[in-house]
Amino acid sequence: MVNLSKSSFWGYKRENGRVGVRNHVIILPVDDLSNAAAQAVENNIKGTLALPHPYGRLQFGADLELHFRTLIGTGSNPNVAAVVVIGIEEQWTSRVVEGIKKTGKPVVGFGIELHGDHDTIMRASRAAREFLQMASELRREERPLKDLWVSTKCGESDTTSGCGANPTVGNAFDKMYPHGVTMVFGETTELTGGEHLVAARCANDEVRKKFQFVFDRYQEVINRHKTSDLTDSQPTKGNIAGGLTTIEEKALGNIQKIGRQCKVDGVLDKAETPTGPGLWFMDSSSAAAEMVTLCAAAGYAVHFFPTGQGNVIGNPILPVIKLCANPRTVRTMSEHIDVDVSGLLRKEMSPDQAGDKLLECMFRTANGRLTAAEALGHREFVLTRLYESA
Amino acid sequence: MIHFVVHEEGDGVGVVVVEGIKAGQPLTGWIMEDDKDVAVTAKSDIPIGHKLALKDYKVGDTVIKYGVDIGKVVKPIGKGEHLHVHNVKTKRW
Repeated sequence: MVNLSKSSFWGYKRENGRVGVRNHVIILPVDDLSNAAAQAVENNIKGTLALPHPYGRLQFGADLELHFRTLIGTGSNPNVAAVVVIGIEEQWTSRVVEGIKKTGKPVVGFGIELHGDHDTIMRASRAAREFLQMASELRREERPLKDLWVSTKCGESDTTSGCGANPTVGNAFDKMYPHGVTMVFGETTELTGGEHLVAARCANDEVRKKFQFVFDRYQEVINRHKTSDLTDSQPTKGNIAGGLTTIEEKALGNIQKIGRQCKVDGVLDKAETPTGPGLWFMDSSSAAAEMVTLCAAAGYAVHFFPTGQGNVIGNPILPVIKLCANPRTVRTMSEHIDVDVSGLLRKEMSPDQAGDKLLECMFRTANGRLTAAEALGHREFVLTRLYESA
Repeated sequence: MIHFVVHEEGDGVGVVVVEGIKAGQPLTGWIMEDDKDVAVTAKSDIPIGHKLALKDYKVGDTVIKYGVDIGKVVKPIGKGEHLHVHNVKTKRW
């Protein structure tokens, strides 16, 4: 069994004390209009990473706040060494720059208006080159396990997720919880049918009340907009093909990810950074790339992604470790699977052994081994929207 | 050989964990929580990951998995038959 009390990993300690497991220099567009310039800089300066996305114009209120929180959180993530921000105009650009600057890491912003793409790309490339060379000299150092922040979200689940891959995450979470690791799960609507089990695990009444509030709020959103019983969306077509019949069944499988002993210590808004160790619940979409993007923006450094039918998701800055217990998926989609726990369903592997196998992969990934999703170039960066633009 | 798994004693469904289960095939199940075996004969072809009924159900019955309600029966289901969206629906939404 993995002895976690003395476990450590090799990470990049950032200016604010957080520890990352990757050393990306990112080119972050504030809005859709700046994607072209950001991608041109990425192309000019090999080794940098542009994060194109389709939003950032005419958003307002809570939706705009979430946009800024996600971009600033992404730039602030400890897996990022330095950031070049590009926006169509200066003001929102500098708002993102100032937000990231609070971490103390190198960050600079460029507005395109009054300059054009050519001049912006030239100036931003100059900054990106300096940042990249700076980052290339940073070295990993040995850090205790508690410095690692671990998120989880499952996808294209099937019935094997609930009896194999998700309980494996639960086993690993139960083992890490006593060591002060900061962890998170979410997927608010995918707790439907098992919400009482999560409420029962909340550390105290205050957390329980907050959890129930966000759960009920999301149910109201579903009820307001639904045109059917949602069987065209939730469970997804892939879930149903994999044998999951109802949202309740899917939710009960989903909840296996939080193990049996962890308490739910707090509730986070989307992309909100937790304030201490323990297991947090993030009010979030259940769509894979949206949720993983929110985890990265909250500051998580490694992600556990159990799948049944074979979701292929990755993230630009957050290494996504995929585990699977479905023997057919492991056989037909092996290039996507980091940890095969199908032995669980043949009694060839105990839950403890499966949890240890995942933890071993987590340490190797934290120490620098690329995940399948990283090697395959999966960089899904998907911003959550709350409502229409103005 | 384990053909299907059951989360816990009292659950009314098992999950097929091997490919190619055919109607008429005798199946061995493993109740994971209690580490016990159970035998059922398949009455339908059931794909991997899909569920088989471990008892007879009539319309309006509740299906229990993980010891919890996962939905209602909308068409009668016999023990050993394929239990899925064609005969079970959510009680939510």
